[in-house]
Amino acid sequence: MTAPLTDNIGSREHRRGSTFVRLLKRPAGAISFAILVLIVLVAVFAPLLAPYDPNFVDLAITRAAPSPEHPLGGDTTGRDVLSRLIYGTRITLWGAFVAVGTSIVIGVPSGLAAGYFGGRTDRIGTWISDAVQSVPGMIILLIVGANTGNNFDLLMITVGVFMAPGYFRLTRSTVLAVRNEPYVDAARVAGLSNTRIMTRHVIRPVLAPIVIQSALTAGMAMGMQAGLQFLGIGGGTTPGWGAAMNEGFRVMRTDPLLLLWPSLALGISIAALAVLGSTLADVISVKTTTLTRRQRRRLAATNADALPAGAVEAATGSVSHAAADSAVRLENLRVKHETPRGVVEVVHGITLDVAPGEVLGIVGESGSGKSQTVFSMLDLLPKSGYYTADAIWIGGEDVTRLPRAARAKLLGHRIGYVPQEPMTNLDPSFTVGHQLTEPLRAVHGMSRSVAKARALAMLERVGIADPARVMRSYPHELSGGMAQRVLIAGAIAGRPSVLVADEPTTALDVTVQAEVLELLRELQQEYRMALVIVTHNFGVVADICDRVVVMRSGSIEEIGETTRLFAAPEREYTRELIAASLDGAESRGELDRAAREPAGSTRAADPAAATQNTDASDEADRREVRA
Amino acid sequence: MFIFTLKRLVSGVILLFVMSTATFFLAHAAIPDPTLGLLGSAATPDAQAALAEKIGTDRPVLVQYLDWLGGLVQGDLGTSWKNFQPVGAQIALKLPVTLSVVTFAIVLSAVLGGLLGVLAGLRPDTWIDRVVKAAAVILFALPGFWVALVLVMAFAVQLQWFPAVGYVPPGQSIPDWLRSITLPAISLALGAVVMIAEQLRNAIIQADGQDYMRTLRSRGLSRPRLVTHLLRNSAPPSLTILALMFVGLLSGAIIVEQIFALPGVGPLTQSSSQNGDIPMLLGITVITVVFVVIINLLLDVLLGWINPKVRVK
Repeated sequence: MTAPLTDNIGSREHRRGSTFVRLLKRPAGAISFAILVLIVLVAVFAPLLAPYDPNFVDLAITRAAPSPEHPLGGDTTGRDVLSRLIYGTRITLWGAFVAVGTSIVIGVPSGLAAGYFGGRTDRIGTWISDAVQSVPGMIILLIVGANTGNNFDLLMITVGVFMAPGYFRLTRSTVLAVRNEPYVDAARVAGLSNTRIMTRHVIRPVLAPIVIQSALTAGMAMGMQAGLQFLGIGGGTTPGWGAAMNEGFRVMRTDPLLLLWPSLALGISIAALAVLGSTLADVISVKTTTLTRRQRRRLAATNADALPAGAVEAATGSVSHAAADSAVRLENLRVKHETPRGVVEVVHGITLDVAPGEVLGIVGESGSGKSQTVFSMLDLLPKSGYYTADAIWIGGEDVTRLPRAARAKLLGHRIGYVPQEPMTNLDPSFTVGHQLTEPLRAVHGMSRSVAKARALAMLERVGIADPARVMRSYPHELSGGMAQRVLIAGAIAGRPSVLVADEPTTALDVTVQAEVLELLRELQQEYRMALVIVTHNFGVVADICDRVVVMRSGSIEEIGETTRLFAAPEREYTRELIAASLDGAESRGELDRAAREPAGSTRAADPAAATQNTDASDEADRREVRA
Repeated sequence: MFIFTLKRLVSGVILLFVMSTATFFLAHAAIPDPTLGLLGSAATPDAQAALAEKIGTDRPVLVQYLDWLGGLVQGDLGTSWKNFQPVGAQIALKLPVTLSVVTFAIVLSAVLGGLLGVLAGLRPDTWIDRVVKAAAVILFALPGFWVALVLVMAFAVQLQWFPAVGYVPPGQSIPDWLRSITLPAISLALGAVVMIAEQLRNAIIQADGQDYMRTLRSRGLSRPRLVTHLLRNSAPPSLTILALMFVGLLSGAIIVEQIFALPGVGPLTQSSSQNGDIPMLLGITVITVVFVVIINLLLDVLLGWINPKVRVK
């Protein structure tokens, strides 16, 4: 329910103002707050505002139409409708207050305890909460209401009990989220008691969600209360809105206004609370939302003014092959992202290329724009991002000139992608087999059996020992190394001529890293693919790259042959990167070897060593597969 | 999967036991002398004593409880204290009406809410998305009976498209049956529709930002196939909400049935609570909790089918 009701870029600039001020700056917040203040004032000053005693009967005004003396007319027993509505405000607010109070008193402490202590406390609390939620509260309310002399407060306390699970869940999940925060740990280490930690450090983040929840709960309590009165419970002689609605309902064909007034009062009160809660949630939540179209247009306009042509940074990088001979060639690629503060350029015009059968490394620190570069190559930038380029050549064709559908068709056919984090890149809801065969059938038009055979063959090729079993597995049943092999199999199953790997070994265990890298190298040679590998690790570069692109904050620092770059880096930054990489390097031996021999010449010439390697990893992977 | 289902079933039986016990003692505490309400104006000390002996309220509460529980275990819900007819049979007579309305409301919520949620989720920040968001804020908070009154005023009294009151059994005429439960079902479902739409929208947007969606795109899958992956991954939270809504709808049905004069469990509950007919009230509670347990069980099985990880836990 964090829906923004208004789009308001301006308010984001004034973060320093208090939450309350920011709430009132939004029209929805200001209006709903004003309505609620009005309702509270009416309730407090009811005796002064109401023109008549709510229970005073004047038979002359029975079902009377609105008149100057009785602005809303009289009800079926001759009482002033306006006065009864005004006094009804008191009951409505008091009932909501009792219900919300009860809910908070029950739900918040128990939620705190469940979230903070976990274990058995948590299980018991959650079970009770679920149990309460699985009983239709209205039945219990009827039981309580019918024979306790229509005790209004008791009824609203019961309503509060049934709404307590909402607070319990909310508090519990918020506490679970902060329980392991460093500042809570610090307090624990400092020897503070549990009660003190909870009241001092844990309750703070819970407060805002509770206030929001209370707005919604109060609205629902008002609805429950009116509903009960509508059924003739908990009303007595008090002039409640629900009772008035029941009265109006019985005569709605002749006097529809008698139904209209209390319904309006109830509807507006509840809607105001709901809108207030939602706007408050919106104001408090600091997460950046995606921009609306209107905001996008506005931003585009401001940016056109703010960025004169001269301010654009010059393109960096160079090409080594003719456009027609290259597997991939980027010319003056720029990547921009829309943020609430405006459009930010993260890649400032880079030019590079890779030949068929060549291994190109793109190296840089995080934030250097290396991943953004390859996502542009793939045309898979996140929604907020877009690129411009003079040209992007893939397989001798400028794909920026292709229509969108034709550009999308390159994926899976000519260009494949191996992601960084294996565990989050497999769809958790589908089997490995489905994820491998679906593109083969849907994109490459294979029959079910042919696709299955191909998928099995690919799994076997990437070194998975029991392909049939892995095909039936779900992603969560695989180890990281296995999952990465599955992803590699998926990327090359369509026989692409270019394989793009975004930090393919970073998320893996050190022992598995070398094997996966070796596998990529083998496959690259076997299928004569161009391989673009993004990494921050010079060990990886030394291991398999023919040429290297060094990137720094969105620009290319240096491009060169791997051996030359290691032996004699042109730029100081490259030298520093290499030095930093070697300081903590786990594979100095490999680096040295790579420096001695020209990269890529002898490595794969030793198939025996390679096979041995994969066998060992299979053994490891097999042990990791859960039944 | 079998063990998983069995565990949930046992948990459901425990819930049923705990809730019916709690309701039993709550009802006896709330209604200390049921004979007063049962006899009404005919209550004299002699008549009260005679009735108390007949319905067994002259015994200690614990004895009454064990007696009632013994019946429950054998599937016997006892006899009504008002008309001395079997409770089960009387509820069974009213249940189809309530189930018609609630089921219709659930179907409406799932279909309409699902549709709106998917449309909004696949195209965030378009007009449909903003309408869903704004509607979710307000409509969810408004009680079903309030919506029912508005609908009755507009469509039954003013436009006369639907009957304002009354129920037509499906055996008599299917179209008339549908017409008689349409407004009640809409009143109940409106809040659930926007809630489910909002939930599904958020889940779809969240799933669309996941790494695996990018990887699936990189394989060249078409938009409809990508949407299939999205839906399967974003369905679980909405289904959970739908199951939770079922309880809320049963509660709401009690008032809504009153408004549309539907002869369902709602009016029966109300009259029983006014009379102090405890066996009837307990019977209604037990039957509703049984339905809730069944719905939750179905949900769990469905979730397990959709999301393989659930099965492992």
